[in-house]
Amino acid sequence: MTTPILPVSRRAFLRVSAIAGGGLLLTSVFEPLDAVEALIAPSGDGPLPSADDPRLSAYISLTPDGVVTIMAKNPEIGQGVKTMLPMLIAEELDVSWSQVRVQQASLDTKNFQGQTAGGSTATPSNWLPMRRVGAAARAMLVGAAAQQWNVPASECTTEAGVVHHRASSRSLTYGALATAAASMTPPDLATVPLKDPKNFKIIGQRVRGVDNASIVTGKPLFGIDITRPGMKYATFVKCAVFGGKVASANVDAIKRLPGITHAFVVEGGDNLGGLLGGVAIVGDSWWKVQTARKQLQVQWNEGATASQSSAGFAQQAKSLFAAAPQRSIRNDGDVDAALASAVKTVEAEYHYPFIAHAPLEPQNCTAHFDGGKLEIWAPAQLPDSGRQLVARTLSMQPDDITVHITRSGGGFGRRLYNDFMVEAAWIARETGVPVKLLWTREEDMQHDFYRPGGFHKFRAGVDASGALTAFSNHFVSFGEGERFTSSGDIGATEFPARFVPNFRIASSVMPLGVPTGALRAPRSNALSYAFMGFLDECAYAAGKDTVEFLRGVLANVQPTPAPEPGGRPQPQGLDPVRMRGVLDLVADKSGWARRASLPKGTGMGVAFYFSHRGYFAEVAQVTVSKTGDVKVDKVWAAGDVGSQIINPSGAEQQTQGAVLDGIGQVLAQEITIEGGRAVQSNFHDFPLLRLTQAPPVEVHWNLTENSPTGIGEPALPPIVPAVTNAIFAATGKRVRSLPLSKHDLSWS
Amino acid sequence: MNITLKVNGQSRTVDVPSDMPLLWVLRDELDLKGTKFGCGAAQCGACTVHINGAPTRSCVLPATAVQGADIKTIEGLSPDGSHALQRAWDELDVPQCGYCQAGQLMSAAALLEKNPKPSDADIDSAMNGNLCRCATYLRIRQGIHRAAEMLSAPTPSGVSRNGTPADDASVAMPSTTTR
Repeated sequence: MTTPILPVSRRAFLRVSAIAGGGLLLTSVFEPLDAVEALIAPSGDGPLPSADDPRLSAYISLTPDGVVTIMAKNPEIGQGVKTMLPMLIAEELDVSWSQVRVQQASLDTKNFQGQTAGGSTATPSNWLPMRRVGAAARAMLVGAAAQQWNVPASECTTEAGVVHHRASSRSLTYGALATAAASMTPPDLATVPLKDPKNFKIIGQRVRGVDNASIVTGKPLFGIDITRPGMKYATFVKCAVFGGKVASANVDAIKRLPGITHAFVVEGGDNLGGLLGGVAIVGDSWWKVQTARKQLQVQWNEGATASQSSAGFAQQAKSLFAAAPQRSIRNDGDVDAALASAVKTVEAEYHYPFIAHAPLEPQNCTAHFDGGKLEIWAPAQLPDSGRQLVARTLSMQPDDITVHITRSGGGFGRRLYNDFMVEAAWIARETGVPVKLLWTREEDMQHDFYRPGGFHKFRAGVDASGALTAFSNHFVSFGEGERFTSSGDIGATEFPARFVPNFRIASSVMPLGVPTGALRAPRSNALSYAFMGFLDECAYAAGKDTVEFLRGVLANVQPTPAPEPGGRPQPQGLDPVRMRGVLDLVADKSGWARRASLPKGTGMGVAFYFSHRGYFAEVAQVTVSKTGDVKVDKVWAAGDVGSQIINPSGAEQQTQGAVLDGIGQVLAQEITIEGGRAVQSNFHDFPLLRLTQAPPVEVHWNLTENSPTGIGEPALPPIVPAVTNAIFAATGKRVRSLPLSKHDLSWS
Repeated sequence: MNITLKVNGQSRTVDVPSDMPLLWVLRDELDLKGTKFGCGAAQCGACTVHINGAPTRSCVLPATAVQGADIKTIEGLSPDGSHALQRAWDELDVPQCGYCQAGQLMSAAALLEKNPKPSDADIDSAMNGNLCRCATYLRIRQGIHRAAEMLSAPTPSGVSRNGTPADDASVAMPSTTTR
């Protein structure tokens, strides 16, 4: 049935098949890639796959009834990818959106590449490949019609799923042509003509989420909703101290409790991202399991991390600041000389806390081990990494493990880590029955891969004209030797690197036993606060309005230094022209020039940030009451993510969501470490933003001639300093540590 | 113990522990998965259902306490997804991940039942207990206003399964583009 595989570009293949019962099946397959995961680097400014080297694949079928079914291969975590990627295919296929059905694909590394959600990568890595697949299918349908009518294909046009030959007034629907098209030779994907963007009918429209109807009627879509025949429910109790192991537990007593079928100790390993030690309790219902758990008594070997605490980290940071930095990240010009000769110098220390992801759907996974094979249903951002982890931990072959991708009740980076998957897999193998593992909220909060805290000491100097002449940052983070803890790193292009003649970033690290990881706009969500907060201080020192000051810094591009011998060429970092574009736009839209008319207690703050290939500048207007209560009144966000906003509804949602996410972080979010464990446990002490705290967020796009890039993350980083800078404008109080709930912001 | 619950108009008998919260009876005994678990402590509102019309957190409410009461879940909000709020949620594309939305809709539906034309302040007090981690709050507020508008209009406007809204004017603060 399947025609031979046809090489259609350097590394891409289209596989064309007829569907039983008639119709066209088109699969695009690409050679194994060097991992899209590489794109999910915290820096988010790594190289993109080039346009003629597509990395991802598509799977579409067209049946005689004219229905186009597009497999959504990537995990949907609320970023809208299940709607956005099919839009790209449908546009070039030239069907109406109402003809399109979208189905979630399972993990299938033979047919799909890059089934991941992370790093705002879906848009930049699919923009051309997906459109080309749609265009190739259209070309084959046109070819089939032309053959049937015996006319040149060039005389045929398409519209909304119909091929027309206007000269002879003949038309055929795609459905009628689907079977014939399956025998056409596919065009070369690298050269297949694409639409002129001015003719887009779907791209650029506000297209609603394809799962909306299921969501608003409560259909089972999420990992937590999975049910299997004969399924049992599991809880897995780990040591509150990260990495602690079970010395002994009363599992025999637990086994005898009502409704409990299994209780056993899992030894676990030392990899904080893998299977840790703990006690599994399995039973007839999750409630019975939770009830039994109250009787569980465990002696833990807490391990070395028990001596770590947030207070201890702060103490160590103090000592590290007093000493010379351990490592140089970048050193341009002569910072010390420039500081000595500066007309004015500024110095400040900034600190931000650990924070949790807290997706609303707690970690969960359903697994069934049967006949040496494992079937898994998981809300996972990196399902293939999860399968590899399970295979390694259970000594299985990856081919013996099937992973079904469910919708995720929020990701934010938490589900890049597959600890929940390996736990469920282990418990399923031990019990031999289908098992749903579901964590409590407390477990979710206390066993996260946290956004790491960090400490920054800054010094800067300005000259008589108010220009920034020297900038120094000593970053105290976590890690060992040259290795930073995940998402606790810093790069050599951190702004204002390349825009100050005398510039230095150096770092020191202290050991950490707490797992850390990528949280929406990893690294950037923290560094933005410290760097853009301190640059606001520099603007005041220079006697300049911050927008004017930042324009001056952006204009001061320094020559790129030669790479160090043997070193890799440094990434370029931000493009000052694009950043200036969004800065000007947000200043205009927010009425920045009129901010002097705001009453005392109300102020505006501005910040910009480049991350995940996206440029965002944001202005926050904040009112602080005399008693110190903070209310963000309004936010204006200006973004440049290239030439095209693919789905304005989704893009606006992601931008507003990221901005509000950041405001939630600023207001009150903090994970405190005490005795090697997380103190906070639920939403009463780790508060999420609430409806009454959500200000209007105006979103404006600056379209530029750049290939479209992703939008799940880059709008978050600037809002954090925009808010703290606005608080300074409102009250004269500089917020150099987060969250705000720890500060007295009252004024008179 | 055996208890009998009236859920979405149907009488259902289940054998469950006496302290089992209604949430787990709905989800794991009656296979009504629309009501969600978020915190287990009445902190987030994902588990909101109606008990005799009042929005109630089902994760801390023992099912035994609501025998004889009228229990309504998201599955019972309308027979076919045609409640004004459900249509407004789709039209304005409110959900992101969608996990909290059943709870949001149940809180909003209870609000509209007693106050068909709520002000922003009314929405604040009715909805502030429902967390949305994706922070879809701006569209939730807008969605409630839109549903109220639909309820007061003589004929509801049709909403298809997917597609683009015919009229973007209903979307507050649409993003602007500059080239």
